[in-house]
Amino acid sequence: MPLSIDEVRRVAALARLKLSPEEERLFAGQLSAILDHVRELESLDVSGVPPMTHALAEGEAVALRPDLPVPGLTPDEALANAPSRQGTCFKVPRIIE
Amino acid sequence: MPVADFEVVLGLEVHAQLLTRTKIFCGCSTAFGAEPNSQVCPICLGMPGVLPALNAQVVEWAVKTGLALGCAVQPVSVFSRKNYFYPDLPKGYQISQFELPICLGGGLTITVDGQEKLIRLTRIHMEEDAGKNLHELAADGGSGVDLNRAGVPLLEIVSEPDLRSADEAVEYLKALRAILLALGVNDGNLEEGSFRCDANVSVMRRGATEYGTRAEIKNMNSFRFLKQAVDFEVRRQVALVEAGEPVVQETRLYDPVRGETRSMRSKEEAHDYRYFPEPDLPPVRVDEALLARVRASLPELPRARAARYQQVLGLPAQDAGVLVGDGALADFFDAALAARGGGAEAARKVANWTIGELSRLMNETGLPPPAWKLTPAGLAEVLALLDAGTVSGAGAKALVEELFRAGGDPGALVKSRGLAQVSDQGAIEAAVDAVLAASPADLERHRSGKKDLTGFFVGQVMKALKGQGNPGVVNALLKKKLGGLPPGEGR
Repeated sequence: MPLSIDEVRRVAALARLKLSPEEERLFAGQLSAILDHVRELESLDVSGVPPMTHALAEGEAVALRPDLPVPGLTPDEALANAPSRQGTCFKVPRIIE
Repeated sequence: MPVADFEVVLGLEVHAQLLTRTKIFCGCSTAFGAEPNSQVCPICLGMPGVLPALNAQVVEWAVKTGLALGCAVQPVSVFSRKNYFYPDLPKGYQISQFELPICLGGGLTITVDGQEKLIRLTRIHMEEDAGKNLHELAADGGSGVDLNRAGVPLLEIVSEPDLRSADEAVEYLKALRAILLALGVNDGNLEEGSFRCDANVSVMRRGATEYGTRAEIKNMNSFRFLKQAVDFEVRRQVALVEAGEPVVQETRLYDPVRGETRSMRSKEEAHDYRYFPEPDLPPVRVDEALLARVRASLPELPRARAARYQQVLGLPAQDAGVLVGDGALADFFDAALAARGGGAEAARKVANWTIGELSRLMNETGLPPPAWKLTPAGLAEVLALLDAGTVSGAGAKALVEELFRAGGDPGALVKSRGLAQVSDQGAIEAAVDAVLAASPADLERHRSGKKDLTGFFVGQVMKALKGQGNPGVVNALLKKKLGGLPPGEGR
């Protein structure tokens, strides 16, 4: 089932991607192929299998973290990869609200 | 007013910041007011390859809040990713709970116009806060982003659309705040945004069965603004419906300066958060042991406490309500009353001082009761001095203020500050005579019956005695000298 160009545009907009008309057609085909491949799983009967989003067995639990502060990064370390900074803030283009 | 033909349908979403020491998924400090980006780490910065680790205290307090609000605490709940782009959200998604939140149902009772009403809750879930945008930071119009707040734990508490007026919404918010304060999980600060609320507002014609289209209102950081915003929004929607125009489902921002709500230019074409279960966090399990432990730790809740204050101590409903509105204030009251001892009369006095003078000083300084230099025993001692006539009402007030700001021993301060009340007949009479002699014109006006100036003279005498004259003695002496009330006072 091919993905429509409109669906590709919607997904691209959500992902903040700007696609050319050629790319839209290209990705419509590629994404459709991926979805078709994954859709093969639908041929299995999993009606008796509970959804599994994690690799923990039933009843297995992971220890929670105690509420104790640990040192993190310094502002300079945190900003080391930032393209732009102002003081110790990340600087971003103006946000319109 | 056509508004009367309509019914208001309101639900509130409250975001309450939990008072944990560290963030929800990493060990960074949550302390307020630090240098921007000084409380961050690879996890809350959203660096690739990091894994979140859930803070045990967050789960415990979510359970505590759920139990206090009568919710069904879920044995298994799941974190989800809520996907959207914004500069204050480093990962490109917020870790929240969606399909399976930690608490379902529940509710809380409010009292409006003497009527009790149960407001049902839909759910309570745990999530992380976003960072903070500092607009117009740079000269070129750029914005700064501080991620110290990113990852601070929040509880989102969602009510059913059971509220029917702005007044009910305010009462609900006050009652919820009082409960969170009593539980010690939130500081209840609307202004600083650690306790914030959004309102879903719609209107429908009376008798209609279907709700109208709702608008979501944001940015109401006080009880007063909540009331103003809802009232404005109701008038706006009623006007639209009356004019036959549709109400648009949108997010609106309250502008406290103009007192109106405004559409936030909807840059986002229909929200699509593409929620899916957070693969990096296992389901949250709440077992019987945790439930039992948290249940045992629940304090007396505000409504029960207010009922006790009214029934056992005989406090007026209004005063009881103010005290339990802030659990720490009620704690102070309890401790001061225990130190003072006595029955309903003592309770009323301690309550009056706590609600009056101490609330005023608390609002002025922003200091919560545990941070006051005045102790409950200190207040009890001042009230004992007042009852014994050692200090006047004004003297007690001065004493309380001094103790609140600087602390000290009440008895010693009375001496060192010269606050002892003047009850000596001779001293007061001298002051009365001096005042009357200094204002012959006023005295004449009073005596001729043109105007009752008794209050004025009392004030002058008290001023002469630096506020420390015994009011009973001052009044009696003045009355004698003025010859009682003038006949046919004209007012």
